[in-house]
Order: sequence, then C-alpha cells, then structure tokens
Amino acid sequence: MGKPRFTADLSPLPTHGFGHRALTWWGEIAFFLIEGTAFVMAIAAYFFLMNQEQIWPPPPFAPPDLLAGTLFTILMLLSEIPNGIAKHAAEHGELRKLRRMLLVAAAVGLALAALRAWEFDSLNVLWTDNAYGSILWALLLLHTLHFATDWVDTLVLAALIHTRHGIEGRRFVDCAENAMYWRFVWLSWLPIYGLIYWLPRLVS
Amino acid sequence: MSPRDLPRDGPELTGKALHARLEKTWGRAPGLWGWLSTVDHKEIGVRYIVTAFVFQALGGLMALLIRAQLATPESGLIDPDRYNQIFTMHGTTMMFLFAVPVMEAMAVFLIPLMLGTRNIAFPRLNAFSYWVYLAGGILLWVAFVLDVGPDAGWFSYVPLAGPEFSPGKRIDVWAQMVTFTEIAALAVAVEITATILKQRAPGMTLARMPLFAWAMLVVSLMVILSMPAVTLASSFLLSDRLVGTQFFNSYEYGDSLLWQHLFWFFGHPEVYIIFLPAAGFVSEIVQTFSRRPAFGYTAIVLAFAGTGLLSFGLWVHHMFATGLPRLGYAFYTAASMTIAIPAGVQIFCWIATMWDGRPKFHTPLLYVVGFVIVFVVGGLTGVMLASVPIDLQLHDTYFVVAHFHYVLIGGAVFPLLGAVTYWFPKFTGRMMSETVGKWNFWLTFVGFELAFAPMHWLGILGMPRRVYTYPAGLGWEISNMLSTIGAFVLAGGVLLFVLNALVSMRRGKVAGPNPWDAPGLEWATSSPPASYNHAHIPVVTGRVPLWENREALPVVHGLRVDDRELLLTTVIDARPDLREPSAEPSIWPLVAALATATMFVSSMFTPWAALVGAVPVAAALIAWFWPKDPNVHPEPVID
Repeated sequence: MGKPRFTADLSPLPTHGFGHRALTWWGEIAFFLIEGTAFVMAIAAYFFLMNQEQIWPPPPFAPPDLLAGTLFTILMLLSEIPNGIAKHAAEHGELRKLRRMLLVAAAVGLALAALRAWEFDSLNVLWTDNAYGSILWALLLLHTLHFATDWVDTLVLAALIHTRHGIEGRRFVDCAENAMYWRFVWLSWLPIYGLIYWLPRLVS
Repeated sequence: MSPRDLPRDGPELTGKALHARLEKTWGRAPGLWGWLSTVDHKEIGVRYIVTAFVFQALGGLMALLIRAQLATPESGLIDPDRYNQIFTMHGTTMMFLFAVPVMEAMAVFLIPLMLGTRNIAFPRLNAFSYWVYLAGGILLWVAFVLDVGPDAGWFSYVPLAGPEFSPGKRIDVWAQMVTFTEIAALAVAVEITATILKQRAPGMTLARMPLFAWAMLVVSLMVILSMPAVTLASSFLLSDRLVGTQFFNSYEYGDSLLWQHLFWFFGHPEVYIIFLPAAGFVSEIVQTFSRRPAFGYTAIVLAFAGTGLLSFGLWVHHMFATGLPRLGYAFYTAASMTIAIPAGVQIFCWIATMWDGRPKFHTPLLYVVGFVIVFVVGGLTGVMLASVPIDLQLHDTYFVVAHFHYVLIGGAVFPLLGAVTYWFPKFTGRMMSETVGKWNFWLTFVGFELAFAPMHWLGILGMPRRVYTYPAGLGWEISNMLSTIGAFVLAGGVLLFVLNALVSMRRGKVAGPNPWDAPGLEWATSSPPASYNHAHIPVVTGRVPLWENREALPVVHGLRVDDRELLLTTVIDARPDLREPSAEPSIWPLVAALATATMFVSSMFTPWAALVGAVPVAAALIAWFWPKDPNVHPEPVID
C-alpha cells in the first residue's frame, strides 16, 4: 500500500450525541431486547402452565390482593413525570433541573421499593406451594431485578451529577439513557401487573 | 489548550510519529497488571480463541473415551455412572464452551479490524465476558474432576435432572455453568451488534459490509433473542432444585415439557448461531481464493437473515416424540424443511463464486470444499429427520448423532479450521505451513467420514444414543469399531492442526499485511495489527476495498491521538457523525467477573448468596463505570 490519501477531516465532529447517535443507546436497546425476551419467555411459561389446568389459580389459593400492586403501578406511572422532565433536562443541558429531578426520582424509587416489598407479601401463595406460586414469584422477582438495577443506577447518577463529573456532556447522555431505561422498567411492568393481579380474577 | 491545538492524526501527523503517539495511547501497560486489565479486542479475542480450543481438546478427549468404550460390545472400560458424566461433559463442553464462544471470539478479533475501527464497542464488557466465560468453564471441569460432573445429557431433561432423580450437586453445576456462558455470550452479542451498526468505516454502507459482518449481525441478534430462554430455563431448574419451586413438578401443577420448550427455543437457534459465523468465514474465504467478489451478495445476506428468522420457528421438531397436535406436526415439519432453502441459496452462491472465479486451492479453500460436501449430507439427513414418521423411528438413535455431527463438525468446525488458517497471519504475523495444512485437511476429512458415516447405519439398525455399552450379536460391531478408528484419525488431524499452529507461530513464513491478496479492511493493516488497528480510519467505496484501491486506500483524519477516540458513523449510510471516547484499560471487569462467579457458585449452596453476593457485584460495576477524571479531558464538551 502506498501513502494514505487523506479525504475528510473529522475534527469538527461533536464528541457526544443523544439517542440513536450514541453508542450506548444501541447497547441499551440490545439489553432491552435481552430483558424483554426474558419477560416474554416468563410470560409464555405462565400461559403454558395455566393452559394445563382446569382452575386458575389452583385451589385453595386466592388471587393476589390488589392494593399493594395497584399502588405500585400508580406510583410507577406517576414516576414518569420526574423521569420525563429529567430526560428533557438532560437533552437540553439544564444541569440544575436535572440535579433536582434525579433526586426526586431516587426518592420515588425508595417509595416504590417499599411498595414492592409489600407486594411480595400480598401474593397469597408461596413459591414452594405449586407451579402457579413459582411463576408468580419468578415474574415479580424478575421485574424487581430490573427495577432495582435502574434505581441503583439512578442513585449513582444522582450522586455523580452533583460532582465535577456532572458538567461533562457525556453525563447528560448517561442521564437521558437512564431515563429511557426507566421507561422500559415501567412499560414492562404493565403486562406483568395484568398477569399477576388481574388474569387469575378474570379466568376464575 | 483549545480543541484546535489537540494532537490529531492527519497529513502533519502520520507514519512513524503517529504510530508512536497512538501506541502510547492505545497500547497497554506491561506486565501482569496490564495483561489482566487490557481491553484490547485483539488480545481478548486471541485469549478467547485459545481458551475455546483448550475446551475443545478436553471435549474431544471425552469423545475419544466414549469411542474407546463403544469400540467393542460389553466393554468394561468405563462404568455407567462415569460414562453418563463423560457424554454429558462432551456435549456440554462442545456446545457451551467451544462452539458458540469460539465463533464469537473470532468475531471479537476480526470485526473491528474488518470495519476499520480502533476497538470493539464496550471494550470493558468484552473483558468481563471473557473472564465470566473462563470462570464457567473452570467450574464445570473442576466439578468433573471432583466427580461432581453433570450426568443428565447436554440438554438436562427434567424430570431426570430435577431434584427427585438427580440429588447432589451435579446438575446444579451444569445449570450454573449455563448461566455463566450465556452472560458471556450475550455480552459479546451486544458488543458486536453495536460495533457493526455504529463503528463502520465511512462509506461502508450496510450494502457494502463484509459478508462475515452480516453473518455476525444476524447471529448476534439471534443470541440476543434466544439465550434469555435458556438462562430462564436453567434458573427455573436451579430454583426447583435449590429453593423448592415447582416449575417442572407435575404433581404440583408444573410440567416437564415446559423445560423442553424453553430449552429448545434456545437450542435450535443455537445450531444456526454456530453455523452462520461459519457461513461468514466461508463467504470471505471463497471470495479471496476465487479472486472475485462473492457471487450473489444480496442473496447471501438475505439467506443469512432468512436462516436466522426461520431458526426460531422449528424448535418443536426436537419434540416430535413428546406428542403434539396434528397441526403442530405439520407446521414444524414444513418449517424445518423450509430452512433448507436459504442454506441451499448460500451453497449455490459459493459454488458460483468458485465457478466463475479462478480458485486457488490453498488449505483454507480445501476446508471450504470439505465443508460443502459434509454439510450437504448433514443437511439432507436433517430434511429426513424433519419428517415426523422418520423422526419417530430414528429419534434418540445414532442416526441423529450422525446427523448433528455432520452439521456441526461439517458446518462449523471445517470452516473454523479453514478460517484459523486463513486469518492466522493476521493473528500472529506468520503463515501456517501449507504442506502440513493439506495433510491435516485430508486426515480430518477422512477421519471424520470414518467416524460418523457408520453411525447412520447404527441408527437405522436401532442403536440408541447415550448407552454405555451394547450386547454382542446385534450387527453393530463393525460399524462401531470403524467409527472408533475414525474418531482417533480425526483426533490425529486436530492434533496435527494444533502442532502446525504452534510451530508456525514461531517458525512460519513472515506474512506481511496481506499475504493472500485479500480484499477486506483487516488486511490493510500490519500483521499482527498494532494496538490501534488502523493508523488512519479508512474510507470504503465498495464491497472489496483493497481490490478497488490497489494504490492507496483513501482515509479520513482528525481523531485525537492523545486520548482513546472512536469514530461513530450513521447506521445505514456510515456517514461520519460523532467522535466518542473508548474505555481505558481497567481491572474492574475482572473484579466484577470474580464477584459474579463467587455469587453464582455460592448460590449453589445457599440462596442467600444471590442477595449478599449482589453487593460486591454492584460495587465492582459502579467502580467500572465511574468516569475518568474530567481534568484529563482538555476538550470542552458542552458547546
């Protein structure tokens, strides 16, 4: 090969971008697909098990109590307000607003964690009782894993954004992507909420 | 310092001066610490490949033990319990620790070079993936040595693998090993997908991407969509065994067929996850040695994608013997037979490329020809097995064993040996011996046919799989003896390959950047490549860049050389879009992998380990993602 033939100069290109321009965004989409597939498989397992039975839930177990799960769902949906504001603030470089909203999101996460603990207590079945109990616990645990992961991520970012690392452009990208992940967490919850709390009521 | 004054590659900074600057930025620290904390895709790729071949040797050793036992009827060489462990270890090792990892490892090394970028996407995740994979492999083999090796087959069917019929830790080891390897494989799939979509050289539109990159894009998406199923399944199995869940217990509303569905929803795509990278190797090798661009590029790409899609619609053909609705039989038979169409399209495109080109039969191309012959036979027996009446007759016999070894060894190992020979100069800077290579090919080919062709007859005569011995007088003696001789010849071929590689690494002919006069970007840089891959990011104007620009490759310039910087391009057209930093070397991926391994292994003994063990994992991950000191970034990044 001879000497290089220089064409375009890349130095004017920006060093960060939001959404599909960023590398991490694509990584996150891939993780959505992985985790989404795991949810779909767990949901498929639920229906597979249900399909083998005449009565669902198997007697003598009652469907889960509605209160904890419903409160969790309402708060989860409301959490999109600070989350959406945080995402917008991150994308527009509004540091003060972003700092505030991340603290709000972290606090909401704490309340959600308490509600989630209560949810486990209102399933009315243990994982050892039968396969119905096992799949219910599995679905709730699987979602809790996602919820916990993003809550910890939010806590770390809320801390980080208050340090000198917070003034870097890439932190804004991180916060925007964290907000996108939170959307996945609450969106994936909705079918699971229906499956755990409402389907046993509808079919019984 | 203003952004303009930062050192960047370009007409003023090129050649030796540039090499020194880039090497300082992208090279790794010397010594053990540097070795443990490196995030260079080439180092990790080679590590991954070597480890996978070590596991292949161990798995192969198990195969030889199986064949030694079955050479004669009523042999007392190995007792039944040990035999169960041996065939389980063979299958598990070959599928989870060799076939999938080695294919991904080749991509880890090659894809960034082929696309003209400086490192893989998420390089620390890449390092983490390797360590987790290694930990999973060590877990399995240490357990085997301690007589705790899994013994319920590589697909661990329940109820046999459940708590009632497999007490002890053997199956827990298997299930947890699956978790390790799936995490590793998923991590690589994410990196490869992001690298292919965002880090291609300017001008390398999707329609100009190397065929191997297309194959790996399809494979990575398949990994992403199939492996969660087995991870979930193995978690269910573990929780049934360890914390008393009832997923597979039919007395408590569970169902053992749930296991088979979840397992094969992963297990069938898995076969194509192993085959498609090999199809990518074949496409590259055929193109280079036929001296013309691949015939039917678009058709091959569509065939890759078609294979990927269809592979998700045939898992139930592994379950024909479980009893299905009539419509189920018809659907899965049709789907299984349909997949022969994209496979045929690929084969005809490769043949057409050779036909229309001027093929040079160097060792890599010999392996490709061997692959075509063996894979077509395996494909045809696959079409036979897709037919329910034949399948019910041959289910769980040696006919099936013959079929899938034709498909997997023929479809994946032959192309892999060809690919290692082909890219060996890129890995090491030296050529493998052609003379030994040709001997090697014929030994492998003849050994393979001798080992597996007789199994077709054995299967038709009714010899079941996974039996540790058989009585004399059933007419199985000669075929079994031939098969054993073939297995040892095949092993001799593989051994010769390893010896050739080891000797050539030190004494082989020095290769230079492009010894085969190949057209891909990976051949535009030195062999082995420098830590930063390409000195300047190349610009691509067609599908065979080095054949189109024989004088000099056009390049772009202006990336920083004092910091690890990557060029990101747009997804479809590969237009330059952003300059993003790439991660520095770090010890945290290793620490995170160790913490993860500790959590997984101890959770086999107490479920609380999953909770307690998550704390160090989270701590290691936070340290891993903690940003670098902003003061070393003199470039203001908020506009």
